[in-house]
Amino acid sequence: MGLLSLAIWIPIAFGVLLLALGRDEHARVVRWLALLGAVIGLLVTLPLYDGFKLGTAAMQFVEKAAWIERFNVQYHLGVDGISFWFVPLTAFITVIVVIASWESITERVNQYMGAFLILSGLMIGVFSALDGILFYVFFEATLIPMYLIIGIWGGPNKIYAAFKFFLYTLLGSLLMLIALIYLYNQSGGSFDIATWHQLPLSGRAQTLLFFAFFAAFAVKVPMWPVHTWLPDVHVEAPTGGSAVLAAIMLKLGAYGFLRFSMPIAPDAAREWAWLMIALSLIAVIYVGLVAMVQKDMKKLVAYSSVAHMGFVTLGFFIFNDLGVSGGLVQMVAHGFVSGAMFLSIGVLYDRVHSREIAAYGGVVNTMPKFAAFALLFAMANCGLPGTAGFVGEWMVIIGAVKANFWVGLGAATALIFGAAYTLWMFKRVYLGPVANDNVKGLKDINNREFLMLALLGIAVLAMGIYPRPFTDVMDTSVAELLKHVALSKLN
Amino acid sequence: MIDNISWLAIYPEIVLLTMACVIALVDLGINSKRRTGTYVLTMLTLAVVAALQAMYASSGNTFYGFGNMVVSDAMGNWLKCFATVAMMATLVYGRPYAADRDMLRGGEMFTLAMFALLGMFIMISGNNFLVIYLGLELLTLSSYALVALRRDNATATEAAMKYFVLGAMASGFLLYGLSMIYGATGSLDIGQVFKAVNAGQIKHQVLVFGLVFVVAGLAFKLGVVPFHMWIPDVYQGAPTSITLMIGGAPKLAAFAITIRLLVDGLLPLAIDWQQMLAVLSIGSLLVGNLAAIGQTNLKRMLAYSTISQMGFVLLGLMSGVINGNVDAAAVESAYSASMFYVVTYVLTTLAAFGVILLLAREGFESEEISDFAGLNQRSPLYAGVMAVCLFSMAGIPPMVGFYAKLSVLQALVASGQPWYIAMAVFAVLMSLIGAFYYLRVVKVMYFDVPLTASNVSAPVDVRVALSINGALVLGLGLLPGGLMSLCADAIVRALAT
Repeated sequence: MGLLSLAIWIPIAFGVLLLALGRDEHARVVRWLALLGAVIGLLVTLPLYDGFKLGTAAMQFVEKAAWIERFNVQYHLGVDGISFWFVPLTAFITVIVVIASWESITERVNQYMGAFLILSGLMIGVFSALDGILFYVFFEATLIPMYLIIGIWGGPNKIYAAFKFFLYTLLGSLLMLIALIYLYNQSGGSFDIATWHQLPLSGRAQTLLFFAFFAAFAVKVPMWPVHTWLPDVHVEAPTGGSAVLAAIMLKLGAYGFLRFSMPIAPDAAREWAWLMIALSLIAVIYVGLVAMVQKDMKKLVAYSSVAHMGFVTLGFFIFNDLGVSGGLVQMVAHGFVSGAMFLSIGVLYDRVHSREIAAYGGVVNTMPKFAAFALLFAMANCGLPGTAGFVGEWMVIIGAVKANFWVGLGAATALIFGAAYTLWMFKRVYLGPVANDNVKGLKDINNREFLMLALLGIAVLAMGIYPRPFTDVMDTSVAELLKHVALSKLN
Repeated sequence: MIDNISWLAIYPEIVLLTMACVIALVDLGINSKRRTGTYVLTMLTLAVVAALQAMYASSGNTFYGFGNMVVSDAMGNWLKCFATVAMMATLVYGRPYAADRDMLRGGEMFTLAMFALLGMFIMISGNNFLVIYLGLELLTLSSYALVALRRDNATATEAAMKYFVLGAMASGFLLYGLSMIYGATGSLDIGQVFKAVNAGQIKHQVLVFGLVFVVAGLAFKLGVVPFHMWIPDVYQGAPTSITLMIGGAPKLAAFAITIRLLVDGLLPLAIDWQQMLAVLSIGSLLVGNLAAIGQTNLKRMLAYSTISQMGFVLLGLMSGVINGNVDAAAVESAYSASMFYVVTYVLTTLAAFGVILLLAREGFESEEISDFAGLNQRSPLYAGVMAVCLFSMAGIPPMVGFYAKLSVLQALVASGQPWYIAMAVFAVLMSLIGAFYYLRVVKVMYFDVPLTASNVSAPVDVRVALSINGALVLGLGLLPGGLMSLCADAIVRALAT
């Protein structure tokens, strides 16, 4: 078994084991086992970075075995600079989520932890699958644990949210399935994604494929105007669910654009880039404004996620080095930052059971340690230099300005809006005098919460101060991708 | 006339028939309320028959018996093997339920089930219109009696009545169509009919006229729109163990006769029957899925979902021939996709009804969707099995149902016809609707609060069978290659003759 297989199947194996363990009497054992599984899952991804060869765009750590011979489907795994960072990121967030849910989940603990571990393996599978059907299976299978997570442990309106999440994303993916089958037939019976990259396709076919993939990935990202499921789901999902959703699951969509849409239908991608850029700018500007008027903290961060992901897709479709790698860096950074934001809200929610901004005020007086972390994450969310949030945004804006000044200007407004809504929320929740008895009675974070926030804080700062490990890994693959996208596949 | 008897071709059928008679006699001396002796004997017989069929099937040989009246080929033998296993599962799941409802006063349920199975065997191996019809009647007559097994229950009796009237009409349709084709071609032998039709010197109108009736008859048996009306009523009205008996294994036989009649016999008319199948499948997908949304009764919902699933099977069957050109590769991939679909569908249905049967206790049918509230809290295992089945029916990977849908869609898209690709997109949108109502049941099981806190208990045979069944739905989803190749190989061998 290769490293990637281990990274996928170890968490899943632990997850299945937890499901089999049963009742809540064993909650303690279940939690420790879940942590063990998540940590081992993270540890096996570390040698990946060590073994990753820079300066080549080729797939690395490749594993290939026949899976469904009748359709020539391969169990084909590998990562390149584009997908590499999401593997350790997913494993890392899983560890954090297990720690975060340690005390807040008391019912059906084994199912909760099991669902997250299985979800973790499946998402790593999505990022490392090099076969269309394998990708699709992982991509779709993630819906099941997430649906259950939202539906069982979610808030009052959880059922509506769970259905909305499942059906929205399923609709998109089903159209992608048709596209995959079409490509299989066009390529003479191959589900190999790399083969599809070389496949000559007519303009009409490319356009149809582009929009079939668009349906799947735009919903997942989510791009405006199909983003409406995200705030609903975030509000209802339990803290861990929100964190994983924002930190990893949204990236599946953006990643799909790079792996499928752009290289398979490059002509269509260039032709429709204006649309993608327009939608991304709307997400950045309009959704940024929407975020500003939210009363619910989770909703605010959810809209902020949509805006930040708009940045990512904007970076991709301006077709230059800085834009695409900026988008990728932004994806990783957003993984840390949005995860941290949702977990911070979770910390407050566990104590007060409210996510209304108005229910708080002056939290810094009673929870100084926590407020310090919250400030760091808030700064990262508005892209302060030295934090993870800055690097990607800065790269995308430079890239955008190079491509078109006005697009760059539009993108740069994100910095203003982002700062506005994040800081305003920070001010209303944390600063000022203690607002009410709830806040007065707050206890500062315990060691467990401190550990979880500190891990994220270190990640956010490290990435902001020294982003080279991230960009180094990405550079060659991004350059190769752009070279490929620049060539016409029309015949 | 009959020059080569070749008993070998029907050896398993003989075993089944003999044992059915023996068991009926033995049962007279058995007096236990749960008919343990009869049950054990039946299961042993079925196990032997299944093993025999599997042995025949894996040898891959094709041979004919009774002057070409019956055929024993890989496709038929595998289908018979699966049908036997399905019947065994049905009896395992259904026995506690039947015992609670005093349906085992006599051992009829077991003997009738064996005769129904024999009917399926004859249908599957028939190579002659009359033999196929004979098998069909044996199956349906046994089924009518089975549905009416609860003599004192008004809904079951009503269901039996509906089933009987509509079933008889369907048989009439089929027989009428077959007689037209006999009139046109002068033969009842499928091979001879194929030759005659292929030679093309027969009046097209007469053939197509017969064909319309044959397709209508088949549509009744498969339960597709617009001949689906009996399905919801009978599924709901029949005692649940019997619902499974008519909704499980017989689907395999119905698939087999569809292949035998339409493909083996009338392939040269494909361009005609394809259009009919297209209409039937669009209707089934639409009506089945839309009507299922409104159901509050789980059995009725599953009945409508069956209708839509059969629509998918028909999609596979219609995609084999492109513009009237018979292309071996396309035919093979299309029909093996359908076969895979039917087999996996039966597997999934078995487990789903298994859970329903398990929850149905004395005096409480547990067929409303709301009866499943909070099942996850009462029994994570059974809730898990049910969820796996529902996700499989909805076509969500990694359950086996996804690969069934995938292979049918692939057959459609491979044709390269815009019209077919449009059908694929339509089918995909319909399965989104399907996902909605399957998810609703998952929602009830996992998100709602249980009405009772009692744990679900089951006899050990049920527990084991249900766990294996659920594991297969998931396991075949992780490694579907073997079953897919098996279906493809079976279809190739069936068509090569």
